[in-house]
Amino acid sequence: MKNNFNLLIIITFLIFCFVIFYKGLDNLNTYAPKIKNTKSIPIFDAKDFNSSAYLNSQKIFGEDTFYIVNIWASWCVPCRTEHPLLMELSKNQSIKIIGLNYRDNLDNAKKFINEFGNPYSQIIIDNDGTLSVELGAYGVPESFIIDKNKKILRKIIGPINKEILEEIKLIIK
Amino acid sequence: MLANQIGYYSLTLGLLISFLVCGVSINDFKNTNKRINQNILTLSFLQLTFVVVSFLSLIISFINSDFSNETVFNNSHTTKPLFYKISGTWGNHEGSLLLWLLVLTLFIFLFLIKSKEQPKKYRILTLLFQQIIIIGFFLFVLVTSNPFNYLFPIPKEGLGLNPILQDPALAIHPPILYLGYVGTSIIFSSSLSAVTQNYICKEWGQHIKKWVLVSWIFLTIGIMLGSIWAYYELGWGGFWFWDPVENVSLMPWLTLTALLHCIIVLVKRANLTSWVVILSIATFTLSMCGTFLVRSGILNSVHTFANDPARGIFILIFLFILISLSLVVFFLFHKENNKSKNNFFLLSRETSILINNWFMMYFLSVVLIGTVYPIFLDVISSEKISVGPPFYLRLIVPFLIPLLFFMSLGPRLKWIKSKIENKNSLIITFIVSIMLTFFIVKNLTTDLLFYTVLVSAAFFLFFTTLKELFIKKFNNGPQSLAHFGFSLLILSILFNGILSSETITNMKIGEKYVYSKGEIFFKKIEERKKDNFNSIIAYFEIKDKNGKTIELKPEIRIYNQPAIITSEADIKTTLLEDKFLVMNLVKGNEYFNIRYQVKPFMIWIWISVLLLSFGGLMSLFKKKYEK
Repeated sequence: MKNNFNLLIIITFLIFCFVIFYKGLDNLNTYAPKIKNTKSIPIFDAKDFNSSAYLNSQKIFGEDTFYIVNIWASWCVPCRTEHPLLMELSKNQSIKIIGLNYRDNLDNAKKFINEFGNPYSQIIIDNDGTLSVELGAYGVPESFIIDKNKKILRKIIGPINKEILEEIKLIIK
Repeated sequence: MLANQIGYYSLTLGLLISFLVCGVSINDFKNTNKRINQNILTLSFLQLTFVVVSFLSLIISFINSDFSNETVFNNSHTTKPLFYKISGTWGNHEGSLLLWLLVLTLFIFLFLIKSKEQPKKYRILTLLFQQIIIIGFFLFVLVTSNPFNYLFPIPKEGLGLNPILQDPALAIHPPILYLGYVGTSIIFSSSLSAVTQNYICKEWGQHIKKWVLVSWIFLTIGIMLGSIWAYYELGWGGFWFWDPVENVSLMPWLTLTALLHCIIVLVKRANLTSWVVILSIATFTLSMCGTFLVRSGILNSVHTFANDPARGIFILIFLFILISLSLVVFFLFHKENNKSKNNFFLLSRETSILINNWFMMYFLSVVLIGTVYPIFLDVISSEKISVGPPFYLRLIVPFLIPLLFFMSLGPRLKWIKSKIENKNSLIITFIVSIMLTFFIVKNLTTDLLFYTVLVSAAFFLFFTTLKELFIKKFNNGPQSLAHFGFSLLILSILFNGILSSETITNMKIGEKYVYSKGEIFFKKIEERKKDNFNSIIAYFEIKDKNGKTIELKPEIRIYNQPAIITSEADIKTTLLEDKFLVMNLVKGNEYFNIRYQVKPFMIWIWISVLLLSFGGLMSLFKKKYEK
């Protein structure tokens, strides 16, 4: 009796595995990350780039305006291509750009800012990459547009290009 | 052209012989004659010959760059060095399946020769079970992945072999790994046959143990070769990434290791029969499952050669047929040996081996869940996740502590019932291990307690096995050596993990980068032209804190066919540490991305794995082992 019962369980389990694998074969392997529109920005403490003091996220995103969080690093090559566009965007008064310096050497990062200019109203440091994970980032560069209710409106994976820049300008109008 | 035809037809003939062998064997099975029909042996040899001929013709097509063959066209190129033309034969899906077949037929032929003193019915049934697998693979090759597809008009040039596969370690990695991986098929067939004949006993254990050892040794070395390749070719500077493909080779290794230990109990005490049978079935099933996972394209991995769903469905169905077959056989025929049940004493060799089994099963389930769970989740909820090293490390590393302790104590126990002898010397060894560890570890890590316990457990095993090796004069040499190798492996991995350091930066030519542990100077670059690639060689001078300078020359290769850029790391290996430098081209920029790593004790990881497999080899050749 007991043996039959075991057999039944094993067979059910095997059929289940078979169905899953069979269906899995149909699924595409391309990876398309989605974002839930309702997600708010997490509350965190982060080190300031210039003063090394700790800042609270509520203070960083304290003003009643649009924000864009840009994850960058001096070693990241696409960051260099998107930097001029960020400089252009920083002239816009209705949005503030927060830089998140991701797993970087502080000296290199400062050199980077001196060389290419500083579009950020504030830069915070993410030494071990945990903050980026908390935000739901996949890599560098990545940008999150945050609306006045402190919700993440849109996530841009990869460098910002001209089209995306226009889109951002449209959103914040 | 000709080779192509010969290859295809010998493959078809090989399949026909399978049916012939089955017919003759079934006839002979009913026959009361005591000796096996000689025709069966002849036919098996013929089948092996056909597969060898087919394999050789594929190699010849590769050597001649015969692009009328689709497989050659897809995976070779005239400018490729001869060595890689040959290794390209098994560097692709079709060719590697032909290698599967080759190993399958080779092993069953060797089995027939080597098992002459075994019962006839058992031998024939093993052959029949093995032929089911062989037929399945013949059909798989011929129907879905024929290596001899003809192309017309004949292309002038091939598409080339993926450059990251053009590497000496990788050229021998597949054959060696396959000998272990596919070799488990014999264990599978023979245990199923032994179950039906109610022949799971000491004699069978002694006979199958050799096969288990052979598979285990090849699998161990095969995994190591793959790992060495990943270390210097993929340029991440690590040796194990918990990539699905690595996991699927680790899973049969875990069950095979458990099986190896169970068989010792079977030989000595005629016990743990269910364990032996289930582990034999599980090992081969996991090998097949691995083949399915990496070949069907259901998982993304370095080994996913082609995403042809037809292939995936074929292996999937075949895999489940084999599983159902083995389940039916197991539930219908297997009888647990009741008389020897329940007489395990807590302090005995049997119990310690049983404990080892449970550890292996735990590690297996962690790896299995980590590998398969993303697929399940994807299908059920369409959510994509990937399971990375933190998952595996968190679940596996803490359990190494008790495993290492049991490995130090278990082999010292006697069969049936025993006491721990030489308690004093054990306690002294233990205290020495803890003190040694504490002094080494205290300045290195923040998590002092955890690492002290972990490293001292490894040291404890290290010292106890070392002592056994030298004081007891190789009394139980193979076991001590293998366990010693394992402790050395864990120690090297741990210190490698704790002490490794990494610097990543972007540099221009002529720049100097100063960091906390020294400075890196980018001297110059040089361009060179080779047959199948152009290379950029960079010269770096690295000065450490003590002012010692070494020169490292990483390389970027731009292959012409297919057009792929690869980074070749330059590694300076010494007994104490590896210095590893790799650079990447930054497109449209004068910067190079530089990654410099200091990895202590890297070479000891490879050495300890070799020791581990050498222990297995010794056991294979030690005739009166444990008598």
